[in-house]
Amino acid sequence: MADSDGRQVDSINHSTEEDVKLQEVVQAKCEGKELTKEEKQRLRKEKKQHKKNKKDDRGPPEKEKEKEKASVLAPSKPATQSPAHKAAPVPVNASASESPVAAEKPAKSKAEQRAERRARQDTERASKQGKKEGGQQSASSKPKATPNELQPVKRLPEHIQVDDPAALKKLAKKLERQQVPLRSDYGYKVSLFSHLHQYSRKNPPTQQISIPATVIHPSIVRLGLQYSQGIIAGSNARSVALLHAFKQVIQDYSTPPNEELSRDLVNKLSPYISFLSQCRPLSASMGNAIKHIKKEISNIPSQCKEEEAKRRLQECIDSYINEKIILASEAISKYAIEKISDGDVILVYGCSSLVNHILCEAFEKQRKFRVIVVDSRPRLEGREALRRLVKKGIRCTYVLISALSYILPEVSKVFLGAHALLANGYVMSRVGTSQIALVAKAYNVPVLVCCETYKFCERVQTDSFVSNELDDPDDLIVTRNGKTHLENWQTVKSLGLLNLVYDVTPPDFVDLVITDLGMIPCTSVPVVLRVKNVDQ
Amino acid sequence: MPGADKETDLSERIESFLSELKRCGRGAGSLRDSAETARETTALLRRITAQARWGNAGELMEIIRKEGRRMTAAQPSETTVGNMVRRVLKIIREEYARSRGSSEETDQQESLHKLLTSGGSSEDNFRQHFAHLKANVIEAINELLTELEGTTDNISMQALEHIHSNEVIMTIGRSRTVEAFLKDAARKRKFHVIVAECAPFCQGHEMATSLCKEDIETTVIPDAAIFAVMSRVNKVIIGTQTVLANGGLRAVNGTHTLALAAKHHSTPLIVCAPMFKLSPQFPNEEDTFHKFVSPHEVLPFTEGEILSKVNAHCPVFDYVPPELITLFISNIGGNAPSYIYRLMSELYHPEDHELYTGK
Repeated sequence: MADSDGRQVDSINHSTEEDVKLQEVVQAKCEGKELTKEEKQRLRKEKKQHKKNKKDDRGPPEKEKEKEKASVLAPSKPATQSPAHKAAPVPVNASASESPVAAEKPAKSKAEQRAERRARQDTERASKQGKKEGGQQSASSKPKATPNELQPVKRLPEHIQVDDPAALKKLAKKLERQQVPLRSDYGYKVSLFSHLHQYSRKNPPTQQISIPATVIHPSIVRLGLQYSQGIIAGSNARSVALLHAFKQVIQDYSTPPNEELSRDLVNKLSPYISFLSQCRPLSASMGNAIKHIKKEISNIPSQCKEEEAKRRLQECIDSYINEKIILASEAISKYAIEKISDGDVILVYGCSSLVNHILCEAFEKQRKFRVIVVDSRPRLEGREALRRLVKKGIRCTYVLISALSYILPEVSKVFLGAHALLANGYVMSRVGTSQIALVAKAYNVPVLVCCETYKFCERVQTDSFVSNELDDPDDLIVTRNGKTHLENWQTVKSLGLLNLVYDVTPPDFVDLVITDLGMIPCTSVPVVLRVKNVDQ
Repeated sequence: MPGADKETDLSERIESFLSELKRCGRGAGSLRDSAETARETTALLRRITAQARWGNAGELMEIIRKEGRRMTAAQPSETTVGNMVRRVLKIIREEYARSRGSSEETDQQESLHKLLTSGGSSEDNFRQHFAHLKANVIEAINELLTELEGTTDNISMQALEHIHSNEVIMTIGRSRTVEAFLKDAARKRKFHVIVAECAPFCQGHEMATSLCKEDIETTVIPDAAIFAVMSRVNKVIIGTQTVLANGGLRAVNGTHTLALAAKHHSTPLIVCAPMFKLSPQFPNEEDTFHKFVSPHEVLPFTEGEILSKVNAHCPVFDYVPPELITLFISNIGGNAPSYIYRLMSELYHPEDHELYTGK
């Protein structure tokens, strides 16, 4: 136990120097400099200290006792679970990281839980390394079992809990800790959607950030602005831009002393992700990409040199983009072109990069078809698709979505893109897609949805209300013949504007989903998810 | 000569009316108020009856049919004009028959029987001269005018029977009838209205601002969100441009999508249409149906470089089949779409259905 004693002495020393350090910390925060991890922990500790002093007085001996307990727990766990692996670095890491944290925590159980969790993560990581090295069945099965049985109930994402003041407070606190500006809602929200955020494009989230921003990497700031102003739109575009920005972040990253790249980089990414989700709620594809990256980062072995680790991560991001997006679209085009025959009249909605790619490929392969592009206010994304197709030389017709019943008798097939495919078979896509599928079904026109597998997500949803995105309501205002009827909609008490971004299409409207794994019916999405999970 | 003056005055009025009809059609989708058109047409027909020279009912009907043909040719999509012409023709027939003393009822019913038995008996019927025919006809047309003026009120009076409190009602575009209907219900009940804006003319915006003035909770949604929002809607109440003989509708574009979404969610679709919108036309192929306006509403000229290579369409109307409609509310009460054919036979004489086959 010499180790733990040494640690105890260390932490006591820390506590005596605390006041001095605290002042430094407060100073640093006021100047807007990024707080190191230790400084942040100091701040947290100080706050908790104040709270605790108000309630009851716990003596130092209790703290020492709990520290001992925690440090006893940590080495014992790895000892039991991974006998053959590098037990030495593991308990050192565990106790080193948890002793400054465990010290002076008023709640015993919290510290214990944290220590347990840390230990568990370390053992999982160690066992995975072991798997790569030798492959020990018994040990590998245990870590696999632990995440399953200890998986907590999934927390509700914050962006659909806007009507809950407690959740809002929690978010505000978290953002304050991460030094990310909180974006305020704008305008009157329709009562059915009071649980969602509604931002205005005229109030960008960067207004409260000082220039130059030192807390958030500048490429992330730029990316967030591009999202919030709608400059980068579309599921694939946003994911690719995100991954490129992360590449830049990793390039500029340098491991601070006494920190591990695998853990510190993940923690660095959290405020960036909070900032981006303040700019615009993350899409399902972005969520999957982030999960993948975080996993890759935490899988970096600790003895890997920084340059090597960075290079590996960059390669990993490149290969993700290549496999999941570029090659996937090639595969989907190959399948989809089989479905396009000569003389077809194909209807597309809005601007889906994948569907545009398919049509351009089909045109190059000398298929004879013409395209009808359906568009809708207020985004009018169809015009972009129209430009791309016309540039290729494809014959196009353009209508608004209200003319759908007029144009559908001419159509032979409908190709739709998707934002995400939900686990119950519903297709989440741009608002208006479900309408097109509905009317196409009424006219007996086949509806084909094209979607890469990285957009599949485990959520389930049955209507377009519970989880959606509200865009800037001012987009609906239009001036016709010199008159703008909705100009002063804010002043009118009983008027609301609703600018939805997504809607869900029930699976009975969709005839086929074309993915890079093949052509599947809508209801096979959970099968694909399971297969993916098993692979990983 | 006073007679000549009257005639020139009359033809002037007719010409101005025709040119106005032609002009409004070219305007960017600002559909003229149908009630106004109906009133003006009827007033004009009354003037023709009063001022034109005719000896017997047959001549009068011929004159009216001729003018009617010109008016419908000026603006084929404005069907109220033709409807009013047919109503007046029916009035003339009725008044003639009354003057002659024969009962009208037997002539209307059992048209199949009539087909087999009478046949040519109606040919020379309208040649008799009656002194009071003119006065009677003008009086009947005045009654028709009063009826026209009261249609909107009659329809709004029925509002409370159909709207309960805390309902969510959906509508599309702008219909003065529906506006009056909802405003009347709002005096006593509290409900929420969702208006689909109906691009590209966005008349839904006007409707929403007008409803807000009466403190009705209104939300404006883009057309693309109709299906997304439909699951929370209790009733769909719409107006229409024309009610066709089979019970179908010719309404603003986007109405068919709205009707399909309502059917999918089993939401009742209620159409508020006064009787003068009922037209004896049947729907034929959609192509002969549609009225288009300039595609620059859809794809503006600022998109110059792709404009020449792209076909853009901007249809104004949509056909809604009668299976999707639950109820018609008109100034004579509520009816199912399957009953429309009967109402039509009461309003128009079968021989007047085609104005073009005049003698």
